[in-house]
Amino acid sequence: MIPLEIIPASIRMATPLTLAALGGVFSERSGVVNIALEGILLNGAFAAVVATHFSGNPWVGVLAAVLVGLLTALIHAVVTVTFKADHIVSGVAVNLLALGATQFTCWVVYGNSGNSDRVLGLSPWNIPYVEQVPILGQILSGHSPLVYVAIFLVLLAHFLLFRTVFGLRLRAVGEHPLAADTMGVKVILMRYCGVLISGVLAGLGGAFLSLNTHYFVKNMSGGRGFIALAAMIFGKWTPFGAAGACLLFGFLEALQMFLQGGGVPTQFIQMIPYLATMVVLASAVGRATPPAAVGRPYLKEAD
Amino acid sequence: MRCRAIFACIFLVLLLSVLSCGQRDKEARQDLLKVGLVFDVGGKGDKSFNDAAYRGVSQAAAEFPLEFVEFEPGQDADRESGLRKLARGGYDLVIGVGFLFTDAINKVAQDFPDVHFACVDYDLKAGLEIPVNLVALKFREEEGSFLVGALAAMKSNTKTVGFVGGMDIPLIHKFEAGYRYGVQIEDPTVRVLVNYAGATGKAFDDPVKGKELALSQFNKGADIIFQAAGTTGLGVKEAALEKGGMVIWVDSNGNYLAPGTILTSMIKKVDVAVYETIASVVKERFQGGVREFGLKEDGVGYVVDEHNQGLISQVMIDRLEELKAKIIEGQIVVPSH
Repeated sequence: MIPLEIIPASIRMATPLTLAALGGVFSERSGVVNIALEGILLNGAFAAVVATHFSGNPWVGVLAAVLVGLLTALIHAVVTVTFKADHIVSGVAVNLLALGATQFTCWVVYGNSGNSDRVLGLSPWNIPYVEQVPILGQILSGHSPLVYVAIFLVLLAHFLLFRTVFGLRLRAVGEHPLAADTMGVKVILMRYCGVLISGVLAGLGGAFLSLNTHYFVKNMSGGRGFIALAAMIFGKWTPFGAAGACLLFGFLEALQMFLQGGGVPTQFIQMIPYLATMVVLASAVGRATPPAAVGRPYLKEAD
Repeated sequence: MRCRAIFACIFLVLLLSVLSCGQRDKEARQDLLKVGLVFDVGGKGDKSFNDAAYRGVSQAAAEFPLEFVEFEPGQDADRESGLRKLARGGYDLVIGVGFLFTDAINKVAQDFPDVHFACVDYDLKAGLEIPVNLVALKFREEEGSFLVGALAAMKSNTKTVGFVGGMDIPLIHKFEAGYRYGVQIEDPTVRVLVNYAGATGKAFDDPVKGKELALSQFNKGADIIFQAAGTTGLGVKEAALEKGGMVIWVDSNGNYLAPGTILTSMIKKVDVAVYETIASVVKERFQGGVREFGLKEDGVGYVVDEHNQGLISQVMIDRLEELKAKIIEGQIVVPSH
């Protein structure tokens, strides 16, 4: 029998993934492959802790994480969109840069590169009335405010992408930039928007990671940016799909923790989330079709 | 023609660097002892294992004329190159902090027979022959863990206690085994929940995971958790603060981190071992081989200080001292796996 606590645990594990995966959706829909999500998460996590440390207010930390996420994404955008470099190479560079930069800055601020001092976190939100409902309250109430922000952002992202002119244009430059261009859509501008939005979202995900733990620890993103990317593909580049995939990954992770100590070797149990990812990617979803122009720089003259 | 000139240049540079290295080596030996410290995953500032090693060197530096440098490997491959760089750089003693150095330090020690090496938590199971210029600093963690396990069993109200380990390896199994045995000897009705954070070095560096594991144990009814997991333990502490449970800290004294929440600390005197190794080189009494630190050598233990004295009664302390004496006398033999 699986206990109820596993559901709130899944939600907590899924939150940073969802925010980063949403970022991935925006970036890739505009035509830019964004494996820099990992580095943006890490920079966001670090910025949140440092800003909270100096201001004493975790919300200032959240704001700083968003700004630093935006700046990190800007690097990726300049390199890939303006200078038309390979998206994967730029992404790897951003990730490595984030790994080194956070450790160095951590050393400058805290005197060691491994981890920060303890900071305040965001106090959990108890939803009035809902918290008193027996099962529902336990599942939905009492999470970090960023969990609710993430749920709201999933809805907002869906609306923005599929119900607004902005969303249509963003998707158009990812599918067929030349056609979009001839219709008067500013391809470069839309791609910058896509990448920068991904920076804001993944930065927020980073803030959740570090503020929920009250510490920054080197490399604390720990591959979550890549898992988010897998979730985005699994969710077929849609906000709901990506969020659903993240919830599944979060659930498998929580299940893995719950199953430990039950006689099955931990090493095997720890493979479950990844094994499931591969099985799911290979079978259930069928063919995942990326935006047609993803990863290809837009050269106005050449076409 | 040009090609040959380039090769000549490279050769010259290499030759010069080798020569200058040798020279620096000799100069160093005349005035001060040079000690290099290479940290484990978790790194300096983990408030536990690595910091203990750092304290040992700092203490030695205050007493002996020595120059020391610290090195934090970024990735696995850096471990060997870090050791090698220090050995080549004219260091008299190079210390690797953590079992992950076992293979690398063994290899490097053979290549630099004039340099002294020390490895904290050296893994004997690797089955490598220990060169004479290498000392393996081992701890009987199971003995200290036994005592905190007994304490947890005395203190638990829910009759359920937890253990959160870092990487799932024999070294951490020693903590688990000692803890379990301590709980069992003190009160066989108490249940022990066990979780490990992972199967790679990352498991010592993942407070996000640590917090979730601890939350799941608290939710299953545990009220005290012993963590042996590096910085992952910081997450365990946060879960305890949130849930009102208690944590037993590991390696260094962490009682001050959260008074009222940290029940005690199972300290492993890595600082003493490191200090003594440096002292032995200073006094030219360095000996290679295995050195073990247990309760008898005062190398492991539990801490009662101003931050946790309200949590532990005199009756409990008396009982712990009784158990400790039995282990030292050999009446109780604590299993290590």
